[in-house]
Amino acid sequence: MSEPILKIEGLDKSFGAVQVLHGVNFAVYPGEVTALVGDNGAGKSTLIKCVAGIYSIDSGRLYWEGKPVQIHSPHAASALGIEIVYQDLALADNLDITQNMFLGREILRGPFLMDGQMEKKARETLTSLSVRTVSSVRQIVASLSGGQRQTVAIAKAVLWNGKVVILDEPTAALGVAQTKQVLELVRRLADSGIGVVLISHNMNDVMQVADRIDALYLGRIAAEVRKEDTSTGQIVELITAGRSGDIGLSLDTAALSA
Amino acid sequence: MTASDATTQPARTPESDTRGSFRADVSPRGLGGAFRDFINRLRGGDPGAVPSVLGLLVLGLIFATTTPDFLSHNNLANLPAQTSFIALTAMGLIFVLLIGEIDLSAGTTGGMCAAFAAQSLQSGDLHKAVGDIVYIGLIVGMVCAIVLGVVSRMITAPLIVLIGLILMLTGLQEDHQPLAFFFAVSIGVAVGTFSGTLVARLGIPSFIVTLALFLAWEGVQLFALSNQSIGDTNFAIWFGLTHNNMAVWAGWLFFALLTGGYLVFTLVRSRLRARAGLSYDTPLLVFLRAGVLIAIGGWVTYFLSQNRGTLIAIEGLPWAASIPIAFMVFWTISLTKTQWGRHLYAIGGSDESARRAGIPVVRVKISAFAICSGMAAVGGLFNADYSGGATTALGQGDTLLFAVAAAVIGGTSLFGGRGRPRDAIVGALVIATIPNGIHLHQFPEHANEVITGAVLLIAASVDAISRRRAKAH
Repeated sequence: MSEPILKIEGLDKSFGAVQVLHGVNFAVYPGEVTALVGDNGAGKSTLIKCVAGIYSIDSGRLYWEGKPVQIHSPHAASALGIEIVYQDLALADNLDITQNMFLGREILRGPFLMDGQMEKKARETLTSLSVRTVSSVRQIVASLSGGQRQTVAIAKAVLWNGKVVILDEPTAALGVAQTKQVLELVRRLADSGIGVVLISHNMNDVMQVADRIDALYLGRIAAEVRKEDTSTGQIVELITAGRSGDIGLSLDTAALSA
Repeated sequence: MTASDATTQPARTPESDTRGSFRADVSPRGLGGAFRDFINRLRGGDPGAVPSVLGLLVLGLIFATTTPDFLSHNNLANLPAQTSFIALTAMGLIFVLLIGEIDLSAGTTGGMCAAFAAQSLQSGDLHKAVGDIVYIGLIVGMVCAIVLGVVSRMITAPLIVLIGLILMLTGLQEDHQPLAFFFAVSIGVAVGTFSGTLVARLGIPSFIVTLALFLAWEGVQLFALSNQSIGDTNFAIWFGLTHNNMAVWAGWLFFALLTGGYLVFTLVRSRLRARAGLSYDTPLLVFLRAGVLIAIGGWVTYFLSQNRGTLIAIEGLPWAASIPIAFMVFWTISLTKTQWGRHLYAIGGSDESARRAGIPVVRVKISAFAICSGMAAVGGLFNADYSGGATTALGQGDTLLFAVAAAVIGGTSLFGGRGRPRDAIVGALVIATIPNGIHLHQFPEHANEVITGAVLLIAASVDAISRRRAKAH
């Protein structure tokens, strides 16, 4: 097994008196899709925001490619190579695909934008992901379908050399065909050597693309299982009860957390 | 992403299989391609200048057929003067509209700035003319604006205000009209920095901030004028803004520079893009577009170069035409070719996305307000000249409403994210053409407002409908 790009050990996080994350261990491996599943309020978003540098952590250690690091700001996270695609995608509807992919990081010569160069790079990135669903990188985002938008947001993360790309519910608002396109893209992303984290409620999606699955239960990692060793039923049990058969939290812990 | 996106999706999938490989990004774009893009833009909810240009043509046609005087040299040559102050104020407003805000104070800001310029030129000593309180208040206000600008890490705006402040303290603006103009603009920029800070940093709705300032500047204007209107006939340059014309040769030079610059720019861009393996406009398309521009611009310049005076020769491109056009070119380049302009559009599209992309949203928003008020000052100077001086009522009443209407009629969206400086000029032409034609017609003058209101309503409907179409897609 390869070394994880990003490793989190014993992460605790409280908001005031409420402890949201308890000693969370989590790792992201290059070339793999790690699914992060859990019920609402399990702490998925909090964990991601800690990694993204939006929240500070109370205690715990982060390792990037084996070296201990601290992530104090979103800027620090993207400097390392952590890119997050939020559920609302954060695209400007009135700009085109290229303009969105380069937003805030435009290529300039003197004071002027180098639109041609940016177009070329945007096209190269989309091509490298074998994206076939958009015909022009100069299309206005407002004219794109939900799946195409998701594709643009993911490609944006790749363009900026994201080594770990975190996708927050990428298929939540999509129809069947578009979900398939996006999941295929997620798979290709991992196959190109990127560590992908997929946050999802949809067990079909998870079982389809994930290599390993981490179930969060009330702020604790209930279990990390490989896809081939598990079943949808087992994951649902891990999500809802924190344990399933002999894996998961001990009965005491699960009861205590509840 | 909404449920409606998901439902429109199945219809799209079959075609998506036949697209791909970015064909549209590598092939040259000829006449047909440009036409297709144009249709796509229309269908995608961006009608651009089409409705306003159509409206202008319809109005022109109606007036031309019903009133013989409408197409006369003298009448058409008056249009630039009637248009200029609306166009300049509207051009500034577009920046604020682009980020989804509004500036209700643009009219009175222009009036106040023109009043200060007129008072310093007239009195030769601003301090003595306006008294201690107003003078010191102005100094404090400008210093505050500099501080606010610097705190928001702006450069140009505080610099302009600083130079204006130095002019005022040294009294230089009292002998030189151009320096007095700059002084007026610097007050405008200070005003914009202030209102922009209140909106962008404190989060007060721009409607309220600028409504309050609209009232306040009206009062300051009276202080600046000591309740007495000041005529501008004694100030040759100022009086020339809407009354004088460029020399005939200078008008042709202006025309040649603009159209030549456009031709060279589009040609070079086409070549460079072709070489870089990007889609490019074919030479035919480039020459055709530039040709249309040259034909229209050439005809206008030729028309205005004819002598239209009866006793003395009146000929040449009016300054009231060339100055707004020069501003339009400058702001268009700033908006479309610089990072700042790209960021302004992005904020108009979604300021949350812009913030997450690391764009300094507060700073860019303040700059939009600063430009708006600065341009309002320029518009105020033109307005003063057109309406007979820095009067006590200058910039009040309809001024702001006409400017907002011009921007919207020109195609700028009130919802943010869409608009261009050229909208201000086309929209202002529509607004100015209506009273111009009505006046010649023996219609009662009140018809004016009714028609202008109707045109604005139509423009706003086009904006709203096109946005809904864009969403439905």
